[in-house]
Amino acid sequence: MAESPFKADIERVQKEYSEKMTPGAIVYIPGSSVINKTGSWRVFMPEFNREKCTRCYLCYIYCPEPAIYLDEEGYPVFDYDYCKGCGICANECPVGAITMVREAK
Amino acid sequence: MEIPENVKKRLSIPAEEHFFAGHTACQGCGAALGLRYVLKAYGRRTIVVIPACCSTIIAGAWPYNTLDANLFHTAFETTGAVLGGIEAALKARGIKVKGEDGVMVVGWAGDGGTADIGLQALSGFLERGHDAVYIMYDNEAYMNTGIQRSSSTPYGAWTTNTPGGKKHFLEKRHKKKVIDIVIAHNPPYAATASVAYPEDFIRKLKKAQKIPGPSFIQLFSPCPTGWRAPTDKSIEIARLAVQTAYFPLFEYENGKYKINMPNPKKEPKPIEEFLKLQGRFKYMTKEDIENLQNWVLREWEKLKKLAEVFG
Amino acid sequence: MAEYKPIRKVVSGNYAAAYAVKHARVQVVAAYPITPQTSIIEKVAEFIANGEADIQYVPVESEHSAMAACIGASAAGARAFTATSAQGLALMHEMLHWASGARLPIVMVNVNRAMAPPWSVWDDQTDSLAQRDTGWMQFYAENNQEVYDGVLMAFKIAETVNVPAMVIESAFILSHTYDVVEMIPQELVDEFLPPRKPLYDLADFSRPFSVGALGTPADYYEFRYKIAKAMEDAKEVIKDVGKEFGERFGRDYSDMIEKGYVDDADFIFMGMGSLMGTVKEAVDLLRKEGYKVGYAKVRWFRPFPKEELKEIAESVKGIAVLDRNFSFGQEGILFNEAKGVLYNTSARPIIKNYIVGLGGRDFTVKDAKAIAEDMKKIIEAGKLDREVEWYHLKR
Repeated sequence: MAESPFKADIERVQKEYSEKMTPGAIVYIPGSSVINKTGSWRVFMPEFNREKCTRCYLCYIYCPEPAIYLDEEGYPVFDYDYCKGCGICANECPVGAITMVREAK
Repeated sequence: MEIPENVKKRLSIPAEEHFFAGHTACQGCGAALGLRYVLKAYGRRTIVVIPACCSTIIAGAWPYNTLDANLFHTAFETTGAVLGGIEAALKARGIKVKGEDGVMVVGWAGDGGTADIGLQALSGFLERGHDAVYIMYDNEAYMNTGIQRSSSTPYGAWTTNTPGGKKHFLEKRHKKKVIDIVIAHNPPYAATASVAYPEDFIRKLKKAQKIPGPSFIQLFSPCPTGWRAPTDKSIEIARLAVQTAYFPLFEYENGKYKINMPNPKKEPKPIEEFLKLQGRFKYMTKEDIENLQNWVLREWEKLKKLAEVFG
Repeated sequence: MAEYKPIRKVVSGNYAAAYAVKHARVQVVAAYPITPQTSIIEKVAEFIANGEADIQYVPVESEHSAMAACIGASAAGARAFTATSAQGLALMHEMLHWASGARLPIVMVNVNRAMAPPWSVWDDQTDSLAQRDTGWMQFYAENNQEVYDGVLMAFKIAETVNVPAMVIESAFILSHTYDVVEMIPQELVDEFLPPRKPLYDLADFSRPFSVGALGTPADYYEFRYKIAKAMEDAKEVIKDVGKEFGERFGRDYSDMIEKGYVDDADFIFMGMGSLMGTVKEAVDLLRKEGYKVGYAKVRWFRPFPKEELKEIAESVKGIAVLDRNFSFGQEGILFNEAKGVLYNTSARPIIKNYIVGLGGRDFTVKDAKAIAEDMKKIIEAGKLDREVEWYHLKR
């Protein structure tokens, strides 16, 4: 499974985020929100059925985080570190390739 | 990991991502999705001005930052004025604003910060003709402070200060048509959009980028928390809003109206289909629903006539 | 340094401010009209219209939006200016906090005007003093020359410490009264005030950033301390810039309090702004009559010149504080702050508060002399009759 494009920044963020109190409350690290792994919010998680997928890209387009990106063949890759389990992807998928299942913790 | 080239070519929206996960928007938030689309359309060379609203928090508390663009937080009622100031500064410094290679100055304000407290600044912004884009993301209440009604709240909606109860104390005023107020200023470009139609929204953003002068886009952004709707239905609700002609998508460009959706030649879907998915409408009586349906159809007729005469 | 050959013009205080705006190479002016500030903006518009100044003029729809637009412009790296008065200043109160919190070196001219109701357009310091907690530096001009000099210095000081500054002048007494002002040739102003180097620049995308995000209780405290420290540091910058101004242009502003005969006085007048011009005349006349009197003109109200005040208070027996303002439920504001500063020191002059000139009531040399008589009696008696005296009260 391919790595999240956001993950590369986490180490840098963790190192720098408390570096200095910038006057005016400036944050110089774009995307430092990646340090907050909102995947812990989930109750349901999207289960992906690759065979059914027609690569319409709607799940990628409609994810509000975004926690879905596309691999070399165009299939969605779900980043469960950030997926909040809202279920939009499952609701919008025209072929039912995504189902929301209660996460076993 | 970048989206591979062969996949990028088949995507109907830009592939660049300048909006990062890890933000604290609610599950299924339409506003977060909307901001993601704005940054896809405009890229990094964007100055985003965000007043007090949900997006203040979504964009990140110090030291978090969700955006890969420059972001200026400002006071609630000042979005239009700050946009004017930034644009004047860029002009004074000889920096190109708008256009293909120009810097985009974008205001991203909620309905409260636009229709109510921010209306004066918006009016000034439009009237003075600044080269910037003002986007009002409409979740139809003051959501950040806990779901209080705004002038953009529709008839019959439950909010915390119109909570229904024994006295049927719901929102009894119809939605303020901010888009009509904006059009009264005769801007070069104004439009409505919905998060359920991202290609349309991004097309309108790109248009606003090219047309000089002030642009205004009202974006319909469902709020599952405030609308008491299931989080997975946000896009469906945003789609039904358009299909029932409750929130038609149209453009106003150089004095001409153009309806994008729904099809003016067909009957729009009945408003019940939009209402039944949202818990905030469950206290409405039959009369209330009829009242709302009549308002929707009346406004829709008005728009169709305008598109005919000024099309 | 090129030789300074002043250009002498007969201008009102407002026009002096407008010339300073032109010479300071301000890039964005966003302002809303209010009597008696209007002629500042009119003059600036005239400069733009005949090509004398290259300024982006934003005719905003309220003073609140004026400050918001200046904030946007300053955050995008431009040198920004606005002007207002009384009700307008009160309306932009929220954004004054924002400007200082966002560390933007905006300069504003405030024309001191009484707060309504009842409606008044005349001189009164309550409007600017009511904003003393917003984190703006405050410079009170005694005459039109100080308005001109003040605006130029304010930009340099503000841009050094990244704290906004307001230059304050009296309604009509300065704003609309003509006087000779020595102005500085543009090349010399450029040497004194180089282009701005902003702390952050929204037009710089090499390292995208956000400004002003939510500060939780774990962090907010330190951000505010930074502003407090910048204000403290500003004292040294004010003195240095004032000294530099004197070296370049012959008018020294290195004293945050301008002193007159303090070492040879039993008591002194203390106050701010144009009424101190009247006081200076009265002091000259009184001294000829044998009174041992002096004056302390407070130029900078924020940051408050504590050390200077302590030094002055140690060498006199009495201070008559003239306040053209009042804080209801307390006393005159300058009096209140000065008294507070002196409490933790050993200086114990008799200090009395005279509330004068509210709403533009004339404060004349005769009034100053009457107050001097009163102070003389009090010092001879060795104690105050009353702390606060509403001097002009007729009925």
